[in-house]
Amino acid sequence: MKFEYAPAPESTAIVDIQSEYNLFIDGKFVPSKGGKRFETINPSNEKVLSRVTQATSADVDKAVKAATEAYRKTWSKLTGTQRGKYLFRIARILQERAREFAVLESMDNGKPIRETRDTDIPLAAAHFFYHAGWADKLDYAGLGKNPKPHGVVGQIIPWNFPMLMLAWKVAPALATGNTVVLKPAETTPLTALLFAEVCQQADLPKGVVNILTGDGSTGAAIVNHPGINKIAFTGSTEVGKIIAKSVASSKKALTLELGGKGANIIFEDAPIDETVEGIISGIFFNQGHVCCAGSRLLVQENIKDELLEKLKRRMSLIRVGDPLDKNTDLGAINSQAQLMKIRELAESGDAEGAQRWSPQCQLPEKGFWFPPTFFTGVSQAHRIAREEIFGPVLSVITFRTPSEAIEKANNTPYGLSAGIWTDKGSRILWSAQQLKAGVIWANTFNKFDPASPFGGYKESGWGREGGLHGLSAYLKGDFS
Amino acid sequence: MRVDVRKTYKLFIGGQFPRSESGRSYELLDAKGNFLANPALASRKDLRDAVVAARAASEKWASASAFNRSQILYRVAEVMEGRREQFVSEVMAQEGVTKAQAIKQVDAAIDLWVWYAGWCDKIPTIFGSTNPVSGSFYNFTTPEPVGVVAAFIDGNSSLIDIVHGIAPILAGGNVVIAIANEEYPLCAITLSEVIATSDVPGGVVNVLTGRTEELAPWVASHMDIDGVDGSGVEPAAYEAVKRDGADNLKRIYRFKAEGSPQRIISFMENKTVWHPIGI
Repeated sequence: MKFEYAPAPESTAIVDIQSEYNLFIDGKFVPSKGGKRFETINPSNEKVLSRVTQATSADVDKAVKAATEAYRKTWSKLTGTQRGKYLFRIARILQERAREFAVLESMDNGKPIRETRDTDIPLAAAHFFYHAGWADKLDYAGLGKNPKPHGVVGQIIPWNFPMLMLAWKVAPALATGNTVVLKPAETTPLTALLFAEVCQQADLPKGVVNILTGDGSTGAAIVNHPGINKIAFTGSTEVGKIIAKSVASSKKALTLELGGKGANIIFEDAPIDETVEGIISGIFFNQGHVCCAGSRLLVQENIKDELLEKLKRRMSLIRVGDPLDKNTDLGAINSQAQLMKIRELAESGDAEGAQRWSPQCQLPEKGFWFPPTFFTGVSQAHRIAREEIFGPVLSVITFRTPSEAIEKANNTPYGLSAGIWTDKGSRILWSAQQLKAGVIWANTFNKFDPASPFGGYKESGWGREGGLHGLSAYLKGDFS
Repeated sequence: MRVDVRKTYKLFIGGQFPRSESGRSYELLDAKGNFLANPALASRKDLRDAVVAARAASEKWASASAFNRSQILYRVAEVMEGRREQFVSEVMAQEGVTKAQAIKQVDAAIDLWVWYAGWCDKIPTIFGSTNPVSGSFYNFTTPEPVGVVAAFIDGNSSLIDIVHGIAPILAGGNVVIAIANEEYPLCAITLSEVIATSDVPGGVVNVLTGRTEELAPWVASHMDIDGVDGSGVEPAAYEAVKRDGADNLKRIYRFKAEGSPQRIISFMENKTVWHPIGI
């Protein structure tokens, strides 16, 4: 028996998108010095949402000057207690305007409203609330007495969780007393621009947060600006390495949250129905546009057939379509370019001899879409087992013994996340110990919290975001 | 008259004391300009051999209990104490200091080693955390060693800097390839003889003598080294180490010449584990 759903679209009346946006520098929206405008579209229907500004290096310079002034004259003069109260204000405004943010995020990014409403925006607000409380307790951060901020921080964030990544970056930077020049991703600038309004509503002193829209060239201008003391970047490992090389000859501090190829390990005694749900959220949450996605399914050989049957049945129930529909599970791929990349890698899976499976599902005609997919017959050497696809594509690999599972899971230059599914407590702790990854989800997957440090081993990055450990990314201890 | 039996200073790789595969050595003079020794001039191949030995020893050392590692490090201090006279004469010869000054340094170095030994089983308590996440989950964070760390030994002193370069890396569960300071190789090799007789498994500590300038680029570009303590590298060369080291995103730091747990945790990764709570 199949249940039919009536459309349940979330209203867009709550958002007020301007036809054009300027840059947010020194507390005001100001036109660029010579920058052109570019369109940001809704990836689910390819309609233009707005035209935003391509910030030039002159704009970066202006923003860095504003951030430097703000750091010297106001922000560093405030006590932690006073600084913290601005963050509390921001957290409250984000909660008050949560639905507006959720709808706008869904429109600009293509992700389902269910996720922006229940995950992205509440977590973003929680991040500000959590870090607000740290602002006057930094002596307890494990970095010695009276740890110092870096000064002006340049932050470059990705398109997969635009508002949440902004919160992950801005909240700890402000709580620790830094000022910020932030660049949202080229394809998802709108919630960052709405956040600029939140800063105004909170009466955040001018220049403490500056938001520059633009592409990679704006990012490069931020990375290379001599007035910036620290860079925080989330994005691909490839770009992360370029940034690391660029700042090597400067005094800039650097933290990186980069790619992953997470192994989701299913042992034979795993509770199978919960496990299937965990596999689904591991790879299809946010269309698989997740650096910590469980994109390699490592399943113990003797339960493979049973598990895949259940997984197929569950995948057939995934509702792909209008991101603003409250019943949608899988939204649009964020851009044409990302769709091409996913297709290319999936085709390499076919070409290298893996077998592709997707449920019957009707994809909308307009926009960028890719059905939920898994590949079986995947070898460790296949590109789809090694490269980050960043889409709703799962590679299924089998193992016989726990040691083999660990060996295969760790056989990657990445080390961001991993999943473990088993009923046996000692095996969970043993596996967690063996896995070379910064975040281990045991009998769950893709959970996030401001109190929980997030970040990778090996080529998945430098440093942590969130929790006690995330603070050290924005502070100089008495040791250095 | 009795002729001294002089010591040959060789490398320390995988628990063995080989000469450089390159057959090279360099002349080391004492503070007065007299001949002191011909330490080995390690090559790129020696470095690669040391990385292989270190990697092979890494997993066992990392998984040894913190208490066990702590006892082994303490054992090193015990054996150092027994070699006090030798360290004192080497410090005097290399630095040209008085005996009293040399004794002061050697005593401080042994005490520093004991201080680091005691850190092994405190690090996860002090630098780990349990995290009060929303929802019904138990969530904790614990630091773990990154793996293989190369340490360029600084040249403020002939023995204390070696302790700073080796002991904290071991305390965190990492294995080390120490590149001795070019001017002060003797204590580094004598310390490796101490380590070889102190229950430290072969390969956990490897010591190369030679030219920092020559070895730094090979260390930076080696894809099986996870971290670099660049304290002993000149500023311009250090920038190059950071640049080349980005190819596998090595953790690269340099430190002030003082004891700090920061030297330990800089080469540790924080792992966070989530598990649901339920009946």
